[in-house]
Amino acid sequence: MIAMRVPLVAGALAAALSFVAAAQDETQKGIERYRELLSEGNPAELWEARGEELWKAKRGPKNASLEQCDLGLGRGVVKGAFAQMPRYFPDTDRVQDVESRIVTCMVAVQGFTPEEAMKNPFSTPDRPSDLEALASYVAAASRGMKLDAPLRHPKEVEAFRVGEQLFYRRAGPHDFACVSCHGENGKRIRRQDLPKLNDPKEARRIFTTWPAYRVSQGTVRTMQHRLYDCYWQMRHPQLSYVSEASIGLMVYMAKYANGGTINAPGLKR
Amino acid sequence: MHMRTALLLIVAVGLAAGCATRLSDDETRQRAEHAFREGFAKGNPAVLARVQQQDEAQALCSQYHNEPTGDVAGRIEQSQTATIRFPASGKLMGDWRRGEKIAQDGYGMRFTDRDTKRPNGGNCYNCHQIAPQEISFGTVGPSLFRFGKLRGNGETVQKYVYGKIYNPQATVACSNMPRFGHNAVLSEEQITHLVALLLDPDSPVNK
Repeated sequence: MIAMRVPLVAGALAAALSFVAAAQDETQKGIERYRELLSEGNPAELWEARGEELWKAKRGPKNASLEQCDLGLGRGVVKGAFAQMPRYFPDTDRVQDVESRIVTCMVAVQGFTPEEAMKNPFSTPDRPSDLEALASYVAAASRGMKLDAPLRHPKEVEAFRVGEQLFYRRAGPHDFACVSCHGENGKRIRRQDLPKLNDPKEARRIFTTWPAYRVSQGTVRTMQHRLYDCYWQMRHPQLSYVSEASIGLMVYMAKYANGGTINAPGLKR
Repeated sequence: MHMRTALLLIVAVGLAAGCATRLSDDETRQRAEHAFREGFAKGNPAVLARVQQQDEAQALCSQYHNEPTGDVAGRIEQSQTATIRFPASGKLMGDWRRGEKIAQDGYGMRFTDRDTKRPNGGNCYNCHQIAPQEISFGTVGPSLFRFGKLRGNGETVQKYVYGKIYNPQATVACSNMPRFGHNAVLSEEQITHLVALLLDPDSPVNK
């Protein structure tokens, strides 16, 4: 039923989006109407379903399924795992977010090389991304739970402090840091609201709704993509996928977002 | 006895490990710099060097979370004032129509912007209200609507606006606004067009 509805609604929306530049206010209203329309379903459900299939399929040189993957709550436990990420994993001795951990499992469990596992983190119109689907599936399995990213292990605390440094680190030809746009309440870029990401009220609303189906891009995007895209706008070079820097920033946000209710994959502009 | 010793040992080792991994502020900064270098490792070496190596203002504003103490702010404002270059022609007011195009244009210096012949935009509307016809404006910076109408367009105001766009940290240390002239995002001539957008009586900003 969702599969039938989504292309229709998405088509109508694509037409609506052609007016974006001319009438941003109208677009915002359009998105709100779209959200109502989709109250029973978000296009991201297609990504969740594909993610679940991928999760359970025997793949890779070891012909194994990701059901053997330990997402932090023990092998094979998907439910609730996303609500406690990013977290420290003793086997890799690293703090990992959901995408980083999926990559680890594709390598360790399924036998892919890291390059193979990470070759397509962000989809293009003609090339879907397995990682976007897998992250959607894992996130959805924590929907309705409270975010409780642990900040107890020394490496988790260290990741937070690294993230805090990077949040304020100004660089490049425009002197931008994360805080340039996300340090005050009630600000906008053009018509787009900017969350203050170290304000628990804002962080709980924002951090818990990624990954999200992005209407303007017609696909699910992940938090890794959100950071990559922010740095693109900040006139920085390309942020490396699942880098320590990216995960530090996520732990920084997670600290303020803890206690918020997971409603991912979300639905965003 | 053996059990108790073993337990105490475990606790002691645990505490030592905890202390050993607790980083000082300097170590945290170094750790973050390392993570930054690793996180941004792909692309044009000149662009990479430019983000890895912060200049004095960037480093101080990062360190003070954009709230420098009085003496640090003074030091930044002094050094940044010294960077401002005015056009050799002495003409600070260009063409407001070209200014409006620059204010709308966000092109330039993103890692996907391959056309280096195309001039960079200023993207001013992302953060400021300017001409009233453009309703899609940001609010990170103050509204500039009626800027010239409220302040006039004499030489002092022209110099102030030009300097503000060239290097806003000359007047406000750690301002959020990019140093468009100092960092060569915009040319001197482009800045004069933006001065005109704000100050020319014919500009829609002042109608």
